[in-house]
Amino acid sequence: MAKLHSSINEVYLSPRARSALEPSLTDQDQIRNFCIIAHIDHGKSTLADRMLQLTGIVEDRQMRAQYLDRMDIERERGITIKSQAVRLPWELDNKTFALNMIDTPGHVDFTYEVSRSLAACEGAVLLVDAAQGIEAQTLANLYLAMENDLEIIPVLNKIDLPAAQTEKYAEELANLIGGSPDDCLRVSGKTGVGVEELLDRIVQRVPAPTGDINAPARAMIFDSVYDSYRGVVTYVRMIDGRLSSREQIQMMSTRAVHELLEIGVISPEPVVTKGLAAGEVGYLITGVKDVRLSKVGDTVTTKDKPATLSLKGYAEPKPMVFSGIYPIDGSDYPNLREALDKLRLSDASLVYEPETSAALGFGFRCGFLGLLHLEIITERLEREFNLSLIATAPSVVYQVTREDNTEFIVTNPSEFPEGKIKVVKEPIVKATILSPKDYVGTIMDLCQTRRGTMIDMQYLGEDRVQLRYQLPLAEIVFDFFDQLKSKTQGYGSLDYEEAGYLPGDLVKVDLLLQGEKVDAFSSIVHKDKAYGHGTKITAKLRELIPRQQFEVPIQAAVGSRIIARESVRAVRKDVLAKCYGGDISRKRKLLEKQKEGKKRMKMVGRVEVPQDAFIKALSSDETSSTEKKK
Amino acid sequence: MSASLPLGLPWPESNLIPPRFDDLKTFHAYVHIPFCEFRCGYCDFNTYTAKEIGGLSQSSFHESLITEIEASAKVIENSGYAKRSLSTLFFGGGTPSLFTSNQIEQIMTSLKNHYGFLPDIEITLEANPESASPQYLEQLAAVGVNRISLGVQSFDPKVLATLERVHDPDKVEPILKAAAELGLESSLDLIYGAPNESLDSWRRTAEIAASMGTGHVSAYSLIVEPGTKLARQIKVGELPATDDDLDAEKFEIADQVFQANGLPWYEVANWGKPSKHNHAYWGSADWWGFGPGAHSHLSGNRFWNTKHPLSYQKQLANGSPVAGIEYIDARTNLEERLMLELRTSTGIPLKVLAELGILESTIDPFVLDGSLKIENQNLAVTASGRLFVDRIVLQLLTN
Repeated sequence: MAKLHSSINEVYLSPRARSALEPSLTDQDQIRNFCIIAHIDHGKSTLADRMLQLTGIVEDRQMRAQYLDRMDIERERGITIKSQAVRLPWELDNKTFALNMIDTPGHVDFTYEVSRSLAACEGAVLLVDAAQGIEAQTLANLYLAMENDLEIIPVLNKIDLPAAQTEKYAEELANLIGGSPDDCLRVSGKTGVGVEELLDRIVQRVPAPTGDINAPARAMIFDSVYDSYRGVVTYVRMIDGRLSSREQIQMMSTRAVHELLEIGVISPEPVVTKGLAAGEVGYLITGVKDVRLSKVGDTVTTKDKPATLSLKGYAEPKPMVFSGIYPIDGSDYPNLREALDKLRLSDASLVYEPETSAALGFGFRCGFLGLLHLEIITERLEREFNLSLIATAPSVVYQVTREDNTEFIVTNPSEFPEGKIKVVKEPIVKATILSPKDYVGTIMDLCQTRRGTMIDMQYLGEDRVQLRYQLPLAEIVFDFFDQLKSKTQGYGSLDYEEAGYLPGDLVKVDLLLQGEKVDAFSSIVHKDKAYGHGTKITAKLRELIPRQQFEVPIQAAVGSRIIARESVRAVRKDVLAKCYGGDISRKRKLLEKQKEGKKRMKMVGRVEVPQDAFIKALSSDETSSTEKKK
Repeated sequence: MSASLPLGLPWPESNLIPPRFDDLKTFHAYVHIPFCEFRCGYCDFNTYTAKEIGGLSQSSFHESLITEIEASAKVIENSGYAKRSLSTLFFGGGTPSLFTSNQIEQIMTSLKNHYGFLPDIEITLEANPESASPQYLEQLAAVGVNRISLGVQSFDPKVLATLERVHDPDKVEPILKAAAELGLESSLDLIYGAPNESLDSWRRTAEIAASMGTGHVSAYSLIVEPGTKLARQIKVGELPATDDDLDAEKFEIADQVFQANGLPWYEVANWGKPSKHNHAYWGSADWWGFGPGAHSHLSGNRFWNTKHPLSYQKQLANGSPVAGIEYIDARTNLEERLMLELRTSTGIPLKVLAELGILESTIDPFVLDGSLKIENQNLAVTASGRLFVDRIVLQLLTN
């Protein structure tokens, strides 16, 4: 702890906390555990930065933007993927406190991580952009926090912005959580205004933990992260008793015993401590290499004095969206497998199994929490493991029952069973959309075309509306969010939760090139949309597939019925007109380039299909046109 | 010769380019005359319309070319090449017929002194109908030129206008006649596929060309090169874009007309009695290209001169005018051979394909679909494969 003390004394920005409390010896009365609930760009990371500075645990000269975001992708995209827990010292009325800030991700795909973080806290800072008001995702997390009986501290951020409408949104927040608009704190994470008051307010309002310090140890795992040097780092919230270093710990679900190699707190770098006691938040390292052995939601106790009752865990996140991931170069398949194995060490929600496609070769069918999750994983695979990949169009999980009552779980449209189908059930979600009232009509149109049924609509304030819809998940996985954003000029926000399965009038649309079915282009769509879908995909492929030496008929079919057709005309000529002495070097360089280009082509039967056609063909018009503009 | 030069390595300080392959090929010369009376709208060749460029004058430019010839002889000798006389010599441009026969003669004399001429040497000079008078041809014949290549492009005045060619198509026949009387072989250069050229217009051009008694025709589909006036005219919609499908049809028309008139097809864009000089390029033989922007190849050393005549002259005065060189390894050499020899009616020896590791199973589908044939241990394109040479080469190398 010497290191912590010395750094704190040097810091100019820390007028308060002159000394930090020692972990494992901190009275629960002096502990406050809180998280920050905020929408993706409402400034949570910047506010966290200011807290790190103000409490003196990061010196000004070491400060960098979004200090807590570890991955490159997090910092580039400005989103937090993995939650973190940071211990901050703070003083109020001459009493020192230890505040544990548990960071939460702000994207709809990662709701399950939010709920884990909430269970580790007694209070939540509800952070809302004073220029934008509350968004759907934040609202969902707020309700989650209220269900968990967390003390809510409403805060309006970015009050320094000229567009801030502080009074208006303070009222909106008061309407949502009760109380007076004056209870709402006004801060600016950018300038630091109001951050001290916020820290005071956390000490005053968030209840202290009330665990039994003398009971057998019980710690809840709320996150597990794989670190290539340390192995799995497990984040825990101590509920009862204490854990000490060099002790043997036990996972209550599996009874597996591990040596506790290291225990500590994050402040904001890992600081080794003698232990952790009831009410505290910190990390454990046991030397295990796989996050699944240190499962989120499990309870940690000690081997010598085990607890009898485990804490209430969390529901494991279920993959909602599936996509086939294939290496562009078939020989990269083993590397892809290895890369996925490594990513799974740090991301327990990633599931995958080998899959073979006639068109794309060997790959994996991967399950994701949502589209952002899919994007992040494929980006990490490409960036961190240097792979070139094709991801097929995302699909949801269908439950198909045939006339003969055999049941199928279909995660890949090409596995849709043949024969007479009795019923197809598709996953349904309850979607909450928040938007300024001017866009209600457009949003209703959008939901209508996506087979949505309105549940209700209510005004949050004078001009903000909450719409709730029941929608098939399949209708929103691909580009619903982009569409919503573009149709509401960026103001609309979306959150959704699973709402079971419902039968739908669904058919499989196949795509045939030269009369041969191409599995990677199959999709499952509503019967009424099959014709439109078939027309669109054949037209798109006509544009995407380069002319070959022969004509390429493109057909869309439902069963054996052709519903749309197009064809790529045969190329008549492919030869450089003249080739003399001065043309040879240039011509050879062109040939080299074409050889490279051919690597980005997949042979489907005799037809060369560009890699990107596999996604572009199934994307909506708007998406592909914006891609073109890039 | 196209406008953009590839990027290469710098010319070696040693001034040596030793042979990279064992088998010594025939030796040829190309001489680039970078002057024109007028720049045609489609042209991106390295040519200049002023008679004076900076301190450089058309009437004395042959002296620079002779300086390069002298320097080349030293490089070749010092690099360890066996002595070889020239098999062919080609004056291209630009418009070489803007040089006086005296300038041509001085260049030829220098080449002959430094390298020697084989007895059956083919000496071609490119000429435009407007600058090739019967008297001029007579002078050329007198100094030893034995083949004339006329840039006719089209016999349709409308097409000539689109291409901004300034000559009168009626001048062509008298020139050809005069050439024949002087014992000069001749060739006509034609371009098809100009914007607004109809199939009929092209057929007439081909028929007129074939009826004039020339022994050789080159016919290229027009390539719209970026940066040319033509490219701009198409971009702003003044002229319609070229059409590959129509070009394919025009190729078939040309082939039908020329073959019917005793001009057999022998390379993608060439019919008649094969030009020995052209075959040097397609057969990866050795040649030195003299003049600004000219390319050379000597046993796996490919290099090219700096493009602008003024900087060419300056660099030449300080040593080598070479702008870049690349060294072809054995594998690349084989790939080049495939790329070039498959363009010809003779095709490429099967053993080259074997050396490239191209399997029979890769070749067979092309033989089966009728685009390739095997004759005399050579693989060659058929009538239906001719227009797909580039695609076939790519597939042979990647499948």
